[in-house]
Amino acid sequence: MPKMTAFHSRLEPLNETKVWKNWSGFLVAPQFKYSLTNEYYAIRSSVSLLDTSPLFKYRISGSNSVRLLERIMSRDIKRCKVGGAQYTVWSNENGFVIQDGVILRTDEFEFYLTAGEPTLRYFNSIAREMQLDQVTVEDISEAYGILALQGPHAHNVISQLSKDATDLKYFDVAHGKLGDAEVIISRTGYTGDLGYEIWVPKDKALTVWDSLMTAGEGYNIAPIGTTALKMARVEAGLLLMGVDFDSSRFAWVDAQRETAIELGWSWMFRNLEKDDRDFIGRRAIEAEIKNKTSRWKTVGLEIDWHSYEAVHLEAGILPPKSDLYRETTMSIYRRSETPWEYAGYATSFLFSSLLRKPIAIAKLPLDLTGEGTEVDLEVSVIRKPVNVLAKVTSLPFFNPERKTALMGGGK
Amino acid sequence: MSNSNNFDAIVIGGGHNGLVNAAYLAKSGLKTLVLERRHLVGGAAITEELVPGFKFTTFSYAISLMRPDIVQDLRLADHGMLVLPLVNTFQPDFNGNYLLLGADADANFHEIARHSREDAESIRDLSHLIDRVCFALKPLMDNIPPNAMSDDPAELAAMAGLKDYMAGLEPDVQAMIDKFVNCSAAEILEEYFESDLVKALIASSGIIGSKVGPRSKGSGLVWLFHKMGEYDGVLGEWGFHKGGNGGFTEVLAKAVVAFGGTILTDADVDTVIYENSVATGVRLASGDEYFAPTVVSALDPRRTFTQLVSSDDLPNSLTEAIGKYKFQGTAAKVNFALSDLPSFPGLENRKDIFMGFTNLGPSIDYLEEAFADCEAGRYSKKPFLDCCVQSTIDPDMTPPGKHIMSCFVMYAPYHLSESDWDTERENLGDVVQATIEEFFPGFGSLILHREIVTPLDIERIVGLTEGNIFAGELFADQMFLNRPAPGWNQYRTPISGYYQCGSGTHPGGCVIGGPGKLAAQQILGDLKNQEN
Repeated sequence: MPKMTAFHSRLEPLNETKVWKNWSGFLVAPQFKYSLTNEYYAIRSSVSLLDTSPLFKYRISGSNSVRLLERIMSRDIKRCKVGGAQYTVWSNENGFVIQDGVILRTDEFEFYLTAGEPTLRYFNSIAREMQLDQVTVEDISEAYGILALQGPHAHNVISQLSKDATDLKYFDVAHGKLGDAEVIISRTGYTGDLGYEIWVPKDKALTVWDSLMTAGEGYNIAPIGTTALKMARVEAGLLLMGVDFDSSRFAWVDAQRETAIELGWSWMFRNLEKDDRDFIGRRAIEAEIKNKTSRWKTVGLEIDWHSYEAVHLEAGILPPKSDLYRETTMSIYRRSETPWEYAGYATSFLFSSLLRKPIAIAKLPLDLTGEGTEVDLEVSVIRKPVNVLAKVTSLPFFNPERKTALMGGGK
Repeated sequence: MSNSNNFDAIVIGGGHNGLVNAAYLAKSGLKTLVLERRHLVGGAAITEELVPGFKFTTFSYAISLMRPDIVQDLRLADHGMLVLPLVNTFQPDFNGNYLLLGADADANFHEIARHSREDAESIRDLSHLIDRVCFALKPLMDNIPPNAMSDDPAELAAMAGLKDYMAGLEPDVQAMIDKFVNCSAAEILEEYFESDLVKALIASSGIIGSKVGPRSKGSGLVWLFHKMGEYDGVLGEWGFHKGGNGGFTEVLAKAVVAFGGTILTDADVDTVIYENSVATGVRLASGDEYFAPTVVSALDPRRTFTQLVSSDDLPNSLTEAIGKYKFQGTAAKVNFALSDLPSFPGLENRKDIFMGFTNLGPSIDYLEEAFADCEAGRYSKKPFLDCCVQSTIDPDMTPPGKHIMSCFVMYAPYHLSESDWDTERENLGDVVQATIEEFFPGFGSLILHREIVTPLDIERIVGLTEGNIFAGELFADQMFLNRPAPGWNQYRTPISGYYQCGSGTHPGGCVIGGPGKLAAQQILGDLKNQEN
């Protein structure tokens, strides 16, 4: 039987579709309203509230916590200030990504981490290998719920309840209070918009939900499901494990594994030659950079509307009205004399209502990843494979100023 | 003659089609100037903050999604184009019954089935057939129409091609097109539906902005046109632009400027300058002159052909056609700032019912009675209202918790037989308010501010002749080959270098941008031919 998150009793009556799905063993709503597009626009035009509690949550503390994380994380944890957060990954010895996640540093030796898959034993096993004492990894997955408050009016909502969020810059984090609840607030999110994520102790979950919904009423706050979130994350160019890449942990062959660089995160290694961090996978990543052995690069694809429409019109139909967001793999071919010359694949596809065109996240060999490179993307038109013109672009597709804007009025 | 007054192209009028046209011209590299008479661009698509914090869409209030190719060509998404889709359509009657249709086809089936199980099925058949009709007519909407009056072999071939194309359509599609052209909306609806609410909901599309009743021939075509406008290739939806329709024309203005175009407001063009039937520029009311070999009027056909140039310089056939071209505006707007949402008995505290069009006009008889007043030269005592509480979709339209309600009012004929609009303005507001009160008791107590826009106001402020919101009736003899006049439906005019691109040209009206785009296509094609 699926579990229910700490917010479930509030979500249940709000879900007008009455459809639920399973996320890591918890019931979550794919969408609350019949109009998915309307639900999505809460993120881009007003403000949305999303329960992301099924994520695995860990607290890593103790005077050796930094040493442990420095060993595990591919990105330099020492560059994460107290009161800051990092988007990070951890890789295996061969440089293949195990997981990605956001880590919050709330104190010198106190970190909070979210992860898509369990990682308690893995982290502990590294600590044991290093013979580290003075470090504790706690699985607090069920002690906290997490709410994502995302959208242009997110600050207008949270600032009614707490002063603690106002001074947070993008990727800042603070302990704070929402009403009488002790929470952790970070200026983070998976939407690429202005927003906050709030860690709430389980027993305060409903109070915090209610106070946010009340504060948001005048701003048309809307609960959103996971599909609207995924639509927003494609526009934000944020990858999803299990869709855009798989954890190397349970892969069979390297063809199923990917490196952080292949996934577009080479910026995590910008200062690699200047630091001497001994993190897992370092040698492999150095070799990949030095020998240029990356097999792919992750890029954005903008599908040309004229071409996309034309292939449907030629077949006598309109481009599909439904099917806004897809997670099925789509093949990409070189535009050359030889038709159907396989080049790579797209993992996430979205007809972006905001950008008024189809977009995708894709993996392409390096020679096809220059901005504006033209490729063919295979779509299915009346059950037949047909190519449409697509152009390579850098991620993200959408990056509004408000995402990183200062809310406190300072500079 | 200062160099700064010289341009490659001048567009007169900063409404949405003028801006679309200018953006395409500027994108192609032409040094383009837009001249707008008012202090702001947008024409009928503007947003005004009449009460602090409350944004009024004074005139045009919703958009059928612009064609994605225009959005892509002009990079409108980069400039902030943001269309918020409507969620529901609410159609109440006087007895507490209602239709509430939303995004889910199955839920809609059951909602209509409460009124008639057969209607619930019929609407699927009819919708699919109409989609196929729109699909078939799409090439007509997306391309410069042929010239039926021309002897040019290319035009003769185009006319023949058009005939073949229409003859090649599937029989049921052809038959449906014939019905739209030759039947009233009511006649078609009687064939498909039994529920008054269902019929009335759809019939209202057949009268919007036009001097026809649901039982008048012509309402079929107006209905079809609105389906075409809705149609955008992916989502057959209507939406509110973020910040109202003024938000949309601001985006268009940004696109014009980003492509290197110049926009001048408070620039009232008095006349097009031309000599020997060749346009060379424009003269403003202030006396300032601007010069360009290409001058485009985005104004309506009457202004384009009788005000900006002298009719004496035009062929008689054209002046006669423009003289006969019908404007006869029949619609008004009444907009309200509200302290709270209206309440429908039985559906109290339901914000969702207002998240879209609220259609007040519960039967074809009701609509027909409203039209009878119009025929008699009076505004309807019981008007049809298309209401939008935009703040339920876009919280930035009002202060938190407050609301804005735009009401489109039919019928309000431009010519009143026994009074005039300056006398009747507030009375019209009262009639509209009383009508809303009948459906939503207590409505009056929510009103913080009321704005009334009569057809005369539309004419005075926006410049649309007789306040016709489409820049000319959507009648068969004023559409496609005949918009605005036979032989002059290809955006050119008898004056070389002088073009037209407003909603009075094909495929206007509504906020779809087609006329602006196709006119630009014609202009750029002509310029290229001149080079060769």
